[in-house]
Amino acid sequence: MSEITVTHILFVSTALFFTGMYGLFTRRNMITMLMSVELILNSVNINFVAFNKYLYPGKLDGVFFTIFVITIAAAEAAVAIAIIINLYRSHHSIDVEDASELKY
Amino acid sequence: MNLSFLILLPFVTAIAILFCNGLKQVRTVALIGTAAQFLLSIDLLFVYWKERTTGNNSPFLFDFNYTWFAPLNIHYHIGVDGISVAMILLTAFVVIAGVLVSWTQESMNKEFFFLLLFLSVGAYGYFISLDIFTLFFFLEVAVIPKFLLIGIWGSGKKEYSAMKLALMLMAGSGLVFVGLAGLYYGTNFNGERTFDLLQISQMHINILFQKIFFPFAFIGFGIFTALFPFHTWVPDGHSSAPTAASMFLAGISMKLGGYGCLRVATYLMPEGAHYYAWVIILLSTIAIIYGAFATMMQKDLKYINAYSSFSHCGFVLLGIGMLTQTSINGAVLQMVSHGLMTALFFAAIGMIYSRTHTRMVEQLGGLLKVIPFISTVFVIAGLCSLGLPGFSGFVAEMTVFMGAWQNPDQWYRLATILACASIVVTAVYILRAAGKTVMGPITDHHYNNLSDATWNEKLAAGILIIGIVAIGIAPFWLNQLITPGTEHIMEHVGKAITLK
Amino acid sequence: MNNYLYIAFIPLLPLASFLVLGLFGRKYFKTFSGTVGTASLLASTILSLYTAYHYFFIDGKVNGVFQQIIAFKYTWLQFSPNISIDMGIILDPISVMMLVVVTFVSLMVHVFSLGYMKGEERFATYYAFLSLFTFSMLGLVLSSNIFQIYMFWELVGVSSFLLIGYYFEKPSAVAAAKKAFIVTRFADLGFLIGILILAFYSGTLDFGVLINKLTSIQSPEYLNITAASFLGASMLTWGLTLVFIGGAGKSAMFPLHIWLPDAMEGPTPVSALIHAATMVVAGVYLVARLFPVFSIDVTALQIVTYVGAFSALLAAIIACTQTDIKRVLAYSTMSQIGYMMFALGVSKYGGENGLGYMASMFHLFTHAFFKSLLFLGAGAVIHLVHSNEMKDMGGLRKLMPITHITFLIACLAIAGIPPFAGFFSKEEILLAAFNSNKLIYGIAVFTSGLTAFYMFRLYYNIFWSKEADIHEIHHGEGTFSMKLPLLILGALALTSGFVPIASLVTSDGAVLETHIDFGFSALPVLLAVAGILLATYLYKRENSKPQTIANSLGSLYKAAYKKFYIDEVYLFITKKIIFNLIGRPAAWIDKNIVDGFMNLLANTTAKISELIKGLQSGKVQNYALYFFGGIIGLAALFIYLWK
Repeated sequence: MSEITVTHILFVSTALFFTGMYGLFTRRNMITMLMSVELILNSVNINFVAFNKYLYPGKLDGVFFTIFVITIAAAEAAVAIAIIINLYRSHHSIDVEDASELKY
Repeated sequence: MNLSFLILLPFVTAIAILFCNGLKQVRTVALIGTAAQFLLSIDLLFVYWKERTTGNNSPFLFDFNYTWFAPLNIHYHIGVDGISVAMILLTAFVVIAGVLVSWTQESMNKEFFFLLLFLSVGAYGYFISLDIFTLFFFLEVAVIPKFLLIGIWGSGKKEYSAMKLALMLMAGSGLVFVGLAGLYYGTNFNGERTFDLLQISQMHINILFQKIFFPFAFIGFGIFTALFPFHTWVPDGHSSAPTAASMFLAGISMKLGGYGCLRVATYLMPEGAHYYAWVIILLSTIAIIYGAFATMMQKDLKYINAYSSFSHCGFVLLGIGMLTQTSINGAVLQMVSHGLMTALFFAAIGMIYSRTHTRMVEQLGGLLKVIPFISTVFVIAGLCSLGLPGFSGFVAEMTVFMGAWQNPDQWYRLATILACASIVVTAVYILRAAGKTVMGPITDHHYNNLSDATWNEKLAAGILIIGIVAIGIAPFWLNQLITPGTEHIMEHVGKAITLK
Repeated sequence: MNNYLYIAFIPLLPLASFLVLGLFGRKYFKTFSGTVGTASLLASTILSLYTAYHYFFIDGKVNGVFQQIIAFKYTWLQFSPNISIDMGIILDPISVMMLVVVTFVSLMVHVFSLGYMKGEERFATYYAFLSLFTFSMLGLVLSSNIFQIYMFWELVGVSSFLLIGYYFEKPSAVAAAKKAFIVTRFADLGFLIGILILAFYSGTLDFGVLINKLTSIQSPEYLNITAASFLGASMLTWGLTLVFIGGAGKSAMFPLHIWLPDAMEGPTPVSALIHAATMVVAGVYLVARLFPVFSIDVTALQIVTYVGAFSALLAAIIACTQTDIKRVLAYSTMSQIGYMMFALGVSKYGGENGLGYMASMFHLFTHAFFKSLLFLGAGAVIHLVHSNEMKDMGGLRKLMPITHITFLIACLAIAGIPPFAGFFSKEEILLAAFNSNKLIYGIAVFTSGLTAFYMFRLYYNIFWSKEADIHEIHHGEGTFSMKLPLLILGALALTSGFVPIASLVTSDGAVLETHIDFGFSALPVLLAVAGILLATYLYKRENSKPQTIANSLGSLYKAAYKKFYIDEVYLFITKKIIFNLIGRPAAWIDKNIVDGFMNLLANTTAKISELIKGLQSGKVQNYALYFFGGIIGLAALFIYLWK
């Protein structure tokens, strides 16, 4: 059993990022899209922690940023859900295809 | 004299109108405001005269300079010479007449008068600016109200016309801006770039620069003054606009362009003007002749006047293109004369339309019998348009012809003769319109019940007629007023041409 | 040097009357306006008679030669240091003579109109227009500057337009007014270009300086203008010919005469004033004013001669066939002006050779009186029978004795029977023509015979022919104000031939010795008598002979009756060619091609926007995809292309 290198961790985070990206592009349900966004954010968090650990072991900057991101993600989720609820009230749907008035 | 009053006064009036209620208050405030402007501009004339007779020979009087954007060296720099004074007088005459003919404007009167006055802010500011950026700023101020005036209070296919006018004028402004920016980057005044008209005029701008940027500035301003082939906004715009807006459009806006062609394009880029003179003359001759023939076939009175404006404004550009002292004098005279005359014509057409509800020449007839005053005004405007001595049109056209003829080039002579030929065509279309509309048998028995002009209409027509006749009978005062200004420009042009 | 400033009042009084009547006439002077107009003109007439007396008999002459006096000059519009329009008053024999003619005839017309136009609704307007016309005509006569004359020229044109179109409710009157204005305007274009040419080469607009420079053979101006040529003619010829075109337009010379017969739609006194005695001779006056320059250019003078002679003949032939009495008179006017023109054309400058010039001015003088008399007489007739057509008249001699007698005098005068006025002036013209060009002389003599014939055809048709239908006549001959001018003018038609014009108005101001040679006069007088006898034979009693002759002449008669189809040719040119081939295409091109291009530009922009607006789908996921694609693209760019 070999050592876990930064490459392994980056592989995981990249997989997580593209999973989120795929979900964001293909899902029509806004809640699912929000979940996909959370996946993307988490992949970023993993990167932050990993780089902090491997490149600057004596510092904590990456960890701090991760905490920031988690906080902001929480706030963002609150706002997003508020928007989704409002959209549901007006459109009776949370399908993103139905909210396409904002065009040309 | 503080020239800023000329901008402040209409601006304050416009703001005051916003606080009024009902037509009566609105129009009273508007009339008081415009009457004050009128008096102010007359006062300006006399104060200016006094300065000149006491021997003040600086090219621009009542100079005032204030930096309003230092990083780009933009100044609020104002001052007047004879040409600007003439233009300011023209604006004051047309504005007060415009307010008087809109006396019974019912729908959205507050906004209507507000926009009229706002337009005049732009016009005054434009004519007194000595900084080309400020000049451009006021040019833009004068464009937007026109769009709204036509789009909201217009008639016929007003949305189309308003859009067309705004787009074409905006395209003109765009070209102007390119020209001005080119000038700005071509200047080097003590190591600094400048927008200042006087400073630019004192330095010698690279000839290549002039050749590149002169067309931008000239065509840009030219679009405002119906340069062929960019004149098509004129007929549609004028005919869709409400009466007062037509008057402003033809009487003031088209003059903004001519003034710009002279003051900015020709004055600041004399070599460019000389280099492209043949193009200007070619286009303006086409405009004069072809506009006159196109007018002959029009059926709507407003279209007739709009096309004839197109043809008449050709004289302005012809005068500028010929680049002789007399022809430029003629161009300025023609601007003033045409402004007054065409405003009077549109006023008369508006009065007729508001009574008969038609502007079609075929449907009208015999109005002289039922509304003699309005019909007489109509005939006077027509006679002025066809260049009858005693009215301003004759003075202006003849000055252009005499000046144009002084240019020794044989081809330019031919162009002059062709331009002269338009006076016959003008006579044809004016008499055709007048003969059918005011003379002849009455075509509709409803016309027998029409009422003649009310006091405000009489006053409006009277003011404009006084202007026309004052120039027509005694042109020497106006000629003396503008000559120092045009001489200054010509001195510049002459120096540049001999330098080459 | 006398102070001549009072002359300014001669044109200014009618102007004042125009302003007063035009602005306030309808309201305040409803019935007095005629009096106001007449009074102001009476004052003008007295002033101009005084001027004439002063000029001709007291201080006009220096060393036996009449001088040109500039009584007043004010710079009106400065074009360039040398070239300016000056408002001036010039006094020389022709302008003083014209001053008298214009004010006098105008006064007669004013008086006549008091009766003729009585009860018209726009009485004040009528007098205002008459005053305006008189003012412009006097201004024209007194002009000292070629541009000043052009200005008054235009004003005369417009007042003629207003007066012809006085009955503006009649479409035919409006059409005639328009036609008169446009045709003369077309001629004025030539005048204007002529002015530009002459002014450019001589460097001035002032008559005195201009004539001075262009007639001195050594001056650089003269050398320049004769050296420059265009299409084989020198610029001097071009300039003068173009100025003459202007004159020909106002004086109704072929081919610009078409407006004159139609102009008879105006009130008859107006025709007497404008289209007989004053405005139509403006062209003659213009040529006479520039005569020193004309006299050194043979080509231009020949054009004047042949145009004049041809117009005289053509108009006389047409006049023989017309049935509208005013049209007959109109054509006779055109014919007589043709006489004046070719008399100028055959003349030379100065001395004995200047006979034609003197004769032309003499004829202008006498013609003004007898022709206005003819028109006023015709006006009186029309006032009575309410028709212009010969067939509605006949046998009026007993109903209107004064009109009859004065009309007869005028007919004898125009026919050139001694001792009436026309005889003297016509003899001088014929003599001048005989001395210089036999062809012209032949035409002139033949025309004078024709003149006698058609004038007496007119006379018999009005006053003899058949018996008058008394029942249709409602009133007598007319008021006193209508008879008085007839009597005065009748007396003048008898006597004005004895005025010694030869010693007053000559080309160089010096006295010209003339005498009547009865041997020479025999032929024209005999021809005139023959014409009168023929007319008596054909028209004294109503009969079928004229009809038979007309039938036997067939198409020739028809062509003359239809005025040789010149109107139709013009109509074809204007309607078919100018309107359809120039005007319509111009309007079409503007609407479809020039404006079409602008619309195309706008539409193309709109189409392109249509094409690319799909990108703005409004779907969040699409936007995210573009965003992501953009990042990939940028990343690729930075990784692989950035060195």
